[in-house]
Amino acid sequence: MNRTTRRLPRKELAWQTGLYALLILLALVYVYPFLVQLATSVKTEADAAADPVSLIPDPLTWAAYGRLFLRSDFPVWFANSAVVTVLVTAGRVFFDSLAGYALARLRFRGRGVVYAALVAVMAVPTVVLLIPKFLVINQLGIYDSYAGMVLPLLVDAAGVFIMKNFFESIPTSVEEQARIDGAGTFRIFWSVVLPMARPALVTIVILSFQGSWNELSHFIVSAQSPSLTTLTKGVASLASGQLSQGSQYPIKLAAAAIMTVPVAVVFFVFQRRIMNTSQGAVKE
Amino acid sequence: MAALVATPRRAGSPRGIRDGEAVTGWIFTLPVLLILGVFMLVPVLMALWVSFSDWSGRGSPLSSDVGFVGLDNYAAVTTDGGLAERDFGVALRNNAWYVLLVVPLQTALSLFLAVLVNRAVLRGRGVFRTAFYFPSVTSSVAITVLWLFLFSTSGVVNAVLARLGITGPNWFNDPSGVLHNLLGALGVQSGPDALTQHGLLGVTWWDWLAGPSVAMSAFVIMAVFTTSGTFMLLFIAGLQNLGPDVDEAAMMDGANGWQRFWRITLPQLRPTLFTVLTLGLIGTWQVFDQIYTGTQGGPGKTTLTPAYLSYQSAFLSQEWGRGAAIAFILFVIIVLMTILQRWILRERR
Repeated sequence: MNRTTRRLPRKELAWQTGLYALLILLALVYVYPFLVQLATSVKTEADAAADPVSLIPDPLTWAAYGRLFLRSDFPVWFANSAVVTVLVTAGRVFFDSLAGYALARLRFRGRGVVYAALVAVMAVPTVVLLIPKFLVINQLGIYDSYAGMVLPLLVDAAGVFIMKNFFESIPTSVEEQARIDGAGTFRIFWSVVLPMARPALVTIVILSFQGSWNELSHFIVSAQSPSLTTLTKGVASLASGQLSQGSQYPIKLAAAAIMTVPVAVVFFVFQRRIMNTSQGAVKE
Repeated sequence: MAALVATPRRAGSPRGIRDGEAVTGWIFTLPVLLILGVFMLVPVLMALWVSFSDWSGRGSPLSSDVGFVGLDNYAAVTTDGGLAERDFGVALRNNAWYVLLVVPLQTALSLFLAVLVNRAVLRGRGVFRTAFYFPSVTSSVAITVLWLFLFSTSGVVNAVLARLGITGPNWFNDPSGVLHNLLGALGVQSGPDALTQHGLLGVTWWDWLAGPSVAMSAFVIMAVFTTSGTFMLLFIAGLQNLGPDVDEAAMMDGANGWQRFWRITLPQLRPTLFTVLTLGLIGTWQVFDQIYTGTQGGPGKTTLTPAYLSYQSAFLSQEWGRGAAIAFILFVIIVLMTILQRWILRERR
């Protein structure tokens, strides 16, 4: 890279300067809203209304955060989102890899049918399932419970595909050796195959974490009591002004900022892998 | 196959080492099949029944006092001429404009960003990629809350516009159609009789042509903002898979950058373009979270979408059959759009 920098011909250099100027301008447009979000969350309401563009709060106040954590249901929402996200992620990692392994490696009658059924399921748009999901959850008597919120999300067809593709890409020799040594299929799966599948498992963790943390519609149709409200549902109700009178932008934006933190952390920790994940997804 | 070669050493069991595989295979896939079956397949069948029934939301839809009403629910939103039909027509119009604007804009912008990031030979590619992609990882609820602030009457967008000497609109409170506003600026206040006297689904042609409302336009901008990063990654991956040979050959032949992009790069990106358009079409017909969080269909029903209308009819108005019927019509629309787009792109190959 450095060599390229030094040797750039003048015309190319001018070109690159223009390109970078444009890129920086665009990046600012993309990042600025999030900076406004953070800045406004530590502004007073009057300041937020008077000078919305400024990134410097005057005066700086943590009142919005205090209000959220000490005098609202916000901690309950956060806890619910955390519980659901952990359970869903754990479930998907285990069940998706189990099924993915079976589809990639085990030969059994009906495997083709299972595979076709998964393809069909992936094609159904989620919004179409809102009413249907409620009907079944209600019928099963698990409406308004953690079971109703978590169970339907516990597996996902896309995750099974990612795991299946991964298992097909690794050599079978190690497994066969373990088989010859007399290990059972589950044993092989658990102690031989899963440890090798770390890259794919991380992908599942990222996708499940983001998916369930950001999920809204499923929780709307699976629960209604305040004690089971998740962050997405709670913050959505804040947006329509349920906490108080007035616009209350600092509080709303503080809530939105906090709910962005966990996904942002996961994003920055696994950044490189996330970028590659989406690239791999095209080839399916 | 390799397994069969490797196994004969283990003698004794004549049926081979893969005995329990059928059973194990089913046991391993059972949790996934069970959950997807119970929470995807069964629900769809149940909802299909509900869309043909008069279930009111009380008790089980499978109980004996729920009646079969045939296509009544479907007729209510398509041919009855009542409020339900008009609402559905309005929702379709709103979402159609949304799709018409968001899909081309997000595709063009993400391709543009990908080409820019890909052309950057100096440092900082990663930083730009991160900046453009970050909005995609945040939840639609958080982004909508942020958008309500940015686009509020005295919000950031209007403050910036004011500095440029432009008086910004009332964004999320403005139900007027953008095209109608443009025509209004040219002095056309009402449409010709041919358009105002006739219509489709209870909405006059003139109103179909209103364009997205100002409020919906804010959602359009939001969708482009949040999705362009994801699609940019797809395009970057596509660009990096292209060999430089053809491009270099064209450069030798004297083609300039602009010609090379349109004649060489873009045709080679067809598979990625196809993926992006398909995902875009499917996604934009399912607008729900943003409407639920932000406007609940208002102002003047101009941000109502079929997905939200389906939810509203069932959960808020207790018209479960109608809600389910709308959901199935929406499903058919999404499938048709995808097939249509597949067909159009295939024709030109």
